Amino acid sequence: MTPHPKPPLLSVRNLSIRFRTGDGMVHAVNDVSFDITRGQKLAVVGESGSGKSQIALSIMGLLARNAQAEGEILFDGSNLLKLPTSELNNIRAREIGIIFQDPMSSLNPYMTIERQLGEIVELHEGASRSTARKRALEVMDAVRIPDARNRLKSYAHEFSGGMRQRVVIAMALMCQPKLILADEPTTALDVTVQAQIMQLLDDIQRDLGTSIVLITHDLGLVAGFCEDTLVLYGGRIMEQAPTLEIFEKPGHPYTRGLLRAVPNIGDPAAKLLAIPGSPPNQRRAIASCPFHPRCVDAVTDCAEKLPQLDGGNSKRACLRPVEELT
Amino acid sequence: MNPSILSVKDVHVEFRVNQTKAWPWSAPGIVRAVNGVSFDLQPGKTLGIVGESGCGKSTLIRAIAGLAPMTGGTVHLDGQPIDYGSKSRLQDLRRQLQMIFQDPIASLNPRMTIREIVAEPLIYFRPDLSSIDRTNAARDMLDRVGIADHQFNRFPHEFSGGQCQRIGIARALVAKPRVLLCDEPVSALDVSIQAQVINLLKDLQSELSLSLIFVAHDLGVVRHISDDILVMYLGGMMETAPAGRLIEAPHHPYSQALLSAVPVPDPRAKSTPQVLEGDLPSPLEQQQGCLFQSRCPKRFDACKTTRPSLEATPDGKSACLLAGS
Repeated sequence: MTPHPKPPLLSVRNLSIRFRTGDGMVHAVNDVSFDITRGQKLAVVGESGSGKSQIALSIMGLLARNAQAEGEILFDGSNLLKLPTSELNNIRAREIGIIFQDPMSSLNPYMTIERQLGEIVELHEGASRSTARKRALEVMDAVRIPDARNRLKSYAHEFSGGMRQRVVIAMALMCQPKLILADEPTTALDVTVQAQIMQLLDDIQRDLGTSIVLITHDLGLVAGFCEDTLVLYGGRIMEQAPTLEIFEKPGHPYTRGLLRAVPNIGDPAAKLLAIPGSPPNQRRAIASCPFHPRCVDAVTDCAEKLPQLDGGNSKRACLRPVEELT
Repeated sequence: MNPSILSVKDVHVEFRVNQTKAWPWSAPGIVRAVNGVSFDLQPGKTLGIVGESGCGKSTLIRAIAGLAPMTGGTVHLDGQPIDYGSKSRLQDLRRQLQMIFQDPIASLNPRMTIREIVAEPLIYFRPDLSSIDRTNAARDMLDRVGIADHQFNRFPHEFSGGQCQRIGIARALVAKPRVLLCDEPVSALDVSIQAQVINLLKDLQSELSLSLIFVAHDLGVVRHISDDILVMYLGGMMETAPAGRLIEAPHHPYSQALLSAVPVPDPRAKSTPQVLEGDLPSPLEQQQGCLFQSRCPKRFDACKTTRPSLEATPDGKSACLLAGS
């Protein structure tokens, strides 16, 4: 493999996440590896249950108690999965920020926005109350909340959904982290507000050089925002490639199926080609391609062998050569 | 033009609420959820209703189904006015007009088997049928939506979201209604499953010559399934036109902004979303003039005082003072 031009900022190596539940083990993430470089915008695409959010949570050390994570998440030479909470707290917010899907439940209803933003720099950087207030005001301006000085005194419920998500982005930006994990940041928002928030994230990446991981199910959003895309299914990476290639020369039957199943507003004539069947049961560890029961291109080998993620700049995990796919 | 199957005229829905941040004994405010919406639905056609959250699209179709109080306006089904005050007339209406809901799992009774769920409407709508006939009708309908024979005695929790939505569709269609109201039927589903349900609805529509009202916020989905599209904002009707025309050449400034914000699944398409200033005004406040004027990029003085009526545009209608020019 050719060496990366830039060393990776964060490197996920053979990450597997399992959950112990009353019904047995749930294999949420299986052997996932990828890198994020400085200033990169990476999309992690998948349907519900594909494990995309659990990857973000494991990076932040926020996995549920019944989770077991294996593998490595390397950041600045240390494995985040093994760090004690006290050391992890030096990385959370300062180095890696996270934006959740639902802005209302990510904010404390009892705290003013000023306290909520200020608390972050007081805790992580030991800033004084007045420095914290000044920084909160700057960041509120940066995320373009109008009348920021007065709005600092408000509580979360006094903001609209789009403004709340701006506050949550402001929280993630308080310590100017190198990496922001955005877990479905616009799913709870309307399209016109979504456009505003995506523009804001784009500006942040450009102005501050922050790397952004966009976790989403919306392929339209990915097309307009990220240079690179990683497609997950059943907790495994199916394909990882530059976004342009994912859309124009998708190399995996699942990616192809997804693209054909989305109604394209510009091309209504095309009939929607649904992917038959339903998502995999993750109660069992699967030793074959997780997509094979729904795959139109599956051959007998697909049910027996586990395809490895191969390739240089664009990688795919499929036993069949690209040319043979329908 | 054919006589329309459903004709909705100047429908208003208002809710009285206690005003927030006020004393508990102060006068209640009024939320004008739906503000004078009119449309005609032709037999066998699909009308898509789009708009952002809080625009009143769901309330509108709930009011048409008799599930929300209509405070003004009339609805005609097949030329007959619907009397929402009379229980027997309402039952008659629901034989003709059924609904499917956004959350497929919550809309099924967890303590009934799916065979019972799908057969239940027939107890009210087809009392002439024996219980064996009802079970057979339910079986046929479930088979038609793609639920296998051996699953009929299972309970809703044993099915996935996409399957539950199929069961909801079977329940709505078992009594052979003529109009199906769909309230965000696919927004809770993953894309791969969403396409299955959309295709199923389209097939059933042509098989049973159903007329559909399809409410959704995903414009790609709406364009795919609709013949005509109606755009709502803050309870009011902004524009209505044939689907292709509305998507390609929206007339109303709000439709233009809404469409420019839709992300296009094509990395080469350089979309420049027209970012609207500000937020949706509170529906508690009485709006003067055009409902959209506080955020409209094209507003001028008259917009603040005059409420535009629906004016004809080439093959559609638009509620904008600029519509004539």
